[in-house]
Amino acid sequence: MQWDYFFDQVLSHRDALLQGTAVTIGVSLSAIVAGTLLGIAIGVAVTYGIKPLRWPARAYIDIIRGTPVLVLVLATFYISSAVGLDLGAFQAGVLALTLFCASHVGEILRGALQALPRGQIEAGRAIGLTFGGIFRHILFPQALRYALPTWITAAVEMVKASTLLSVIGVAELLLTTQQIISNNFLNMQFYLLAGLIYFLIDFAIEQVGRYVGRRLDRPARRTT
Amino acid sequence: MTPIVEVRALHKRFGELEVLKGIDLVVNEGEVVSIIGSSGSGKTTLLRCLNLLEEFHQGEVRIGGESIGYRQRNGQRVRASEREIAGQRAMTGMVFQAFNLFPHMSALDNVTLGLTRVRGMSRRQAVELADHWLERVGMRERRDHRPAQLSGGQQQRVAIARAIAMNPRVMLFDEATSALDPERVGEVLETIRSLAQEGMTMVLVTHEMRFARDVSDKVVFMDGGRIAEQGPPATLFSTPESARLQAFLKTSSL
Repeated sequence: MQWDYFFDQVLSHRDALLQGTAVTIGVSLSAIVAGTLLGIAIGVAVTYGIKPLRWPARAYIDIIRGTPVLVLVLATFYISSAVGLDLGAFQAGVLALTLFCASHVGEILRGALQALPRGQIEAGRAIGLTFGGIFRHILFPQALRYALPTWITAAVEMVKASTLLSVIGVAELLLTTQQIISNNFLNMQFYLLAGLIYFLIDFAIEQVGRYVGRRLDRPARRTT
Repeated sequence: MTPIVEVRALHKRFGELEVLKGIDLVVNEGEVVSIIGSSGSGKTTLLRCLNLLEEFHQGEVRIGGESIGYRQRNGQRVRASEREIAGQRAMTGMVFQAFNLFPHMSALDNVTLGLTRVRGMSRRQAVELADHWLERVGMRERRDHRPAQLSGGQQQRVAIARAIAMNPRVMLFDEATSALDPERVGEVLETIRSLAQEGMTMVLVTHEMRFARDVSDKVVFMDGGRIAEQGPPATLFSTPESARLQAFLKTSSL
């Protein structure tokens, strides 16, 4: 292998590679954050909502989770422009991933909330908390512990799913890599490099997840 | 004597099944009232109506003179708002059979949660009051432990502190010792007994007949969704009038 040539190529395309990595991270993080917030609302609606909220939330989870992400990406991109919503490829891509992420987070949270004993809600009611207080102080912190490992998996999935945005022309890491390869034909080397970068991003997410998990499980805080 | 709990013509259904068929009951300030009866007689349901963990369909419950859970609007009986109900629930303290401590919080935080979030105390005030009650139930040394690090009896004592720290008008105990190992029952009963001696108003649903006899001012025997007999424990246990109560007392160890 011509390693000198490869390193030379990496150096000369480093701006593009960094740019592609930044786009991948930006797309993934936006989708994870927005999707998690929307997913929490959907998870609460499907678990505790009144019927007119619960059924649409249930339908949303089932339909979006059952749709291939590639179809979601293409549908969001083309439907949004067809209905006159002037989303660029980047916005449409982030929207598609957000919707997908929300369906998973909603389902993860529902599972975690339903695993909590009913007595927790009753104990919260008995001390006079309203549902908002019960959710915030009693149910959500406990559900978070159950949900965290699966949530991390979902977040990693989002990073992987962001590669699909290459088909609508978002210059994320994969598309950037393909463009570089079309110039220098170093297929294997540059795909391996892209793979390594994806691995590092996912590894970082998992480390953050572990750290949060440890923080949640640490012994009760001492108070004065 | 000031009535703290007043129940009038209370009816409660689960679907077709009527589980409370017209209950009338008064608990005066400082009184300890035990509700006994076989399973399915409606005693736990009655207790849960007193803090609105169960809805009821007819009749009225008053706590400290205030009618709780429902109001009349244009001649219609409607359920009070969630915020009103939450406030009314805080007038009673409840101790559950399964303790229901919050497992992600220390014993101390279990007690302070309601004080800061419902009573609006500062963290410092809440900790001070929580410490007082944890000391009172003998759990001050374990204030930083999580529920999983405590025995059943210790958890139940923390649960008692959590309920009573809220300064309720009446304490409700729902079979508070039924889930405990036999050797842990005594410590919890002792805690309840000492609170009773201090003049706390209490309603207990219990299977501990000896305890009901020793600690109660009044014993209520429920059968088939009705109060079949009530009176001072001495009378009720020694000269039961109804055949049902005679049969019930025969099967329960006294």
